[in-house]
Amino acid sequence: MKTNRRTFVGGLGAATMLSGSRVAFAQKKYDDGATDKEIKIGHTNPYSGPASSYGVIGKCEEAYWKSVNDRGGINGRMIKFITLDDGYNPSKTVEMIRQLVEQDKVLCTYNTLGTPTNTAIHKYMNQKKVPMLFLATGASKWGKPKEFPWTMGYQPDYHTEAVIYAKHILANVKDPKIAVLMQNDDYGKDYWEGFKEGMGKEAGRIVKHVTYEVTDPTVDSQTIQMKDSGANVFFNISIPKFAAQSMRKAAEIGWKPVQYLNNVSGQVTTTMKPAGFENVQGVITAAWLKDPTDKQWDNDDEMKAWRVWMEKWMPGANLGDVNYVYAYSVSYLMEQTLKKCGDDLTRENLMKQAANHQKLRVPGLLPGITVSTSPTDFYPVQAVQLQRFKGESWELFGEILSAEAS
Amino acid sequence: MTSSKKWLWVLIALAFLVPLLRPVLPDIVSDYRLFLVSTMMIAAIAVLGLNLLTGFNGQISLGHGAFYAVGAYTAAVLMDHLNMPYWATLPAAAIVCFIVGYLFGLPALKLEGHYLALATFALALAVPQILKYKWLEGLTGGVQGIVLNKPEAPFGLPLTEDQWLYYYILVVMVLLYWAAANILNSRSGRAMMAIRDYAIAADTMGIDTALYKTVTFGISAAYTGIAGALSASAIAFVAPDSFNFFLSIKFLIGLVVGGIGSLIGSVVGGIFYVLVDNSAQALSTFVKNDLGLQFDLSAYTVFGILLIVLMYLMPMGIVGGVYYLVQNLRSSMRGGRARQQAAEKQPAAR
Repeated sequence: MKTNRRTFVGGLGAATMLSGSRVAFAQKKYDDGATDKEIKIGHTNPYSGPASSYGVIGKCEEAYWKSVNDRGGINGRMIKFITLDDGYNPSKTVEMIRQLVEQDKVLCTYNTLGTPTNTAIHKYMNQKKVPMLFLATGASKWGKPKEFPWTMGYQPDYHTEAVIYAKHILANVKDPKIAVLMQNDDYGKDYWEGFKEGMGKEAGRIVKHVTYEVTDPTVDSQTIQMKDSGANVFFNISIPKFAAQSMRKAAEIGWKPVQYLNNVSGQVTTTMKPAGFENVQGVITAAWLKDPTDKQWDNDDEMKAWRVWMEKWMPGANLGDVNYVYAYSVSYLMEQTLKKCGDDLTRENLMKQAANHQKLRVPGLLPGITVSTSPTDFYPVQAVQLQRFKGESWELFGEILSAEAS
Repeated sequence: MTSSKKWLWVLIALAFLVPLLRPVLPDIVSDYRLFLVSTMMIAAIAVLGLNLLTGFNGQISLGHGAFYAVGAYTAAVLMDHLNMPYWATLPAAAIVCFIVGYLFGLPALKLEGHYLALATFALALAVPQILKYKWLEGLTGGVQGIVLNKPEAPFGLPLTEDQWLYYYILVVMVLLYWAAANILNSRSGRAMMAIRDYAIAADTMGIDTALYKTVTFGISAAYTGIAGALSASAIAFVAPDSFNFFLSIKFLIGLVVGGIGSLIGSVVGGIFYVLVDNSAQALSTFVKNDLGLQFDLSAYTVFGILLIVLMYLMPMGIVGGVYYLVQNLRSSMRGGRARQQAAEKQPAAR
């Protein structure tokens, strides 16, 4: 049987009359997807298709909510987490999200994955006034509370990250001549635009810009082209496979530029090790999450707790996959946000609480990085810290940089 | 014949009347369901287009997703850049896709069977890449795609967006179905099928096979392009990722499952695809969560199993299977009576 708001209020009236007491009960308010016993959260993720390697994020999030329910839920309410496969196809995402909102009647969605997929539902969710929180995309367009008050991003965007690299190059490299390797899609272009913006008037210092398709077998010829351009700085916008290839190739052909690597490939086991540790000393990247394959976090309390949790709830999962840290951290933030809502589980209050985090520590983020939001700031994690590769792990240096500071 | 025609009219009347029940039965006739049926009809139109080519003309295409994409982008670009009303984009998409299909049909004349399948396959792979190409980026929006507005009911009709969309697509589908039925019932239609059955014989009879094959390619592409244009309105967003290679396979599955060479089969195939694609996921979570079985079946695994079972039970497609079943039932009833009579005539031999 479903309890809708009206019968609930009626019952509540009767209950107060009978008991004669006016307890905190009167505060309880619900929208679709929330009741005394349950909160429904929707999610879409590619479990099939070209981006199915991100499927682990959805699986980890499912496990997270199971563990929350095991602990007794949030303020006594169980979480019903409904995750659907959209195959990274935007038209499918629209279908799935409409199912979640109109059939399953979820309170909100969170961490829906992909830039084109989220673009497809952006308008719809805001028309329906359903919160879409903490999106799993690095595009920079998700923090616009004025036009889209129901949408909030999560991670630092690619654009800002690239601006930070550009500024760092201009401040630290003498007479830089820059070569850029870029994956030819939306992710690569976001970095590229940010980088050019960060260079500003100095954009002429980019002497070579080469691209590759994600289906290419190697980037050897691109690397040789970059060497031939005489560049002394190498900005690497590529996913782990190609990042490792290009850095190894650069060492092989004796090209020794100052290297900047995008955060997407900042993992030790998937990028740095295959590239050869001796070839990647001194490479600089920006980070905001703790890399589970980096030895410096082996005795870190948060990461230890994360490993214990993984053993219990995701047995057999690859502990070296940073996507699990990612999923854990964003789910933790979602849990805290719902907790803060208390018994006022309306969509409006959920957005209000999501936009009201002050320096919240979220496990998995680098030390010193916290989540802060406000009604005008819809970018939860905005800070990154630069790190340099040394020996077999990353070494953080400098201050924590945020978008405003850059 | 007349009884089946009567049924068709009843179906169409139902299709027109049921959405009006939305205010009375909001839970059953919901906006979401209407939207889902709309996507089924769009799939049905696309499959119908493929059927004209493959089922009635015998040319295999693995690349109809490309025409669907061209249709969708034609509509989206016209709406976005020229502010064209959504209904005016349909003929434009049809014409563009007819031309593209016709031109592609010319080299396809030299290719047959598997070779043609491969060439169309290449087309399906190439189109999403071409849409991202930097010279076209200003027009197509590159990887970011184009965000559109959903059509609203005109003349202040008291219909929701989804109701209106449903009627709009239904009318287009009925018109296209009627047109296809008429084409096939004409001299040209018989020529198309003659080419499918025996090209040399058709040639000898004086049919211009080259002309018919290319024009059929064009018409087929136009049908699928219209479906694409409708989907651009329904989804209100186009991006290269929406038109991956699997889309072409989807049409082919719809075609084979519904019934090759059957118009009704195309509609059934389109409905089947959307229905099973969506329920496969529900089924796989049902198996995992509610039945508590520890099979981590992905939705596609369930979908695949369903397809195999269906193909095994109904190798002629759903419409073919049902037809066969009805025929069998009739003949067994007749046969049963005949055997009974025979048995009465010859009392037990033993």
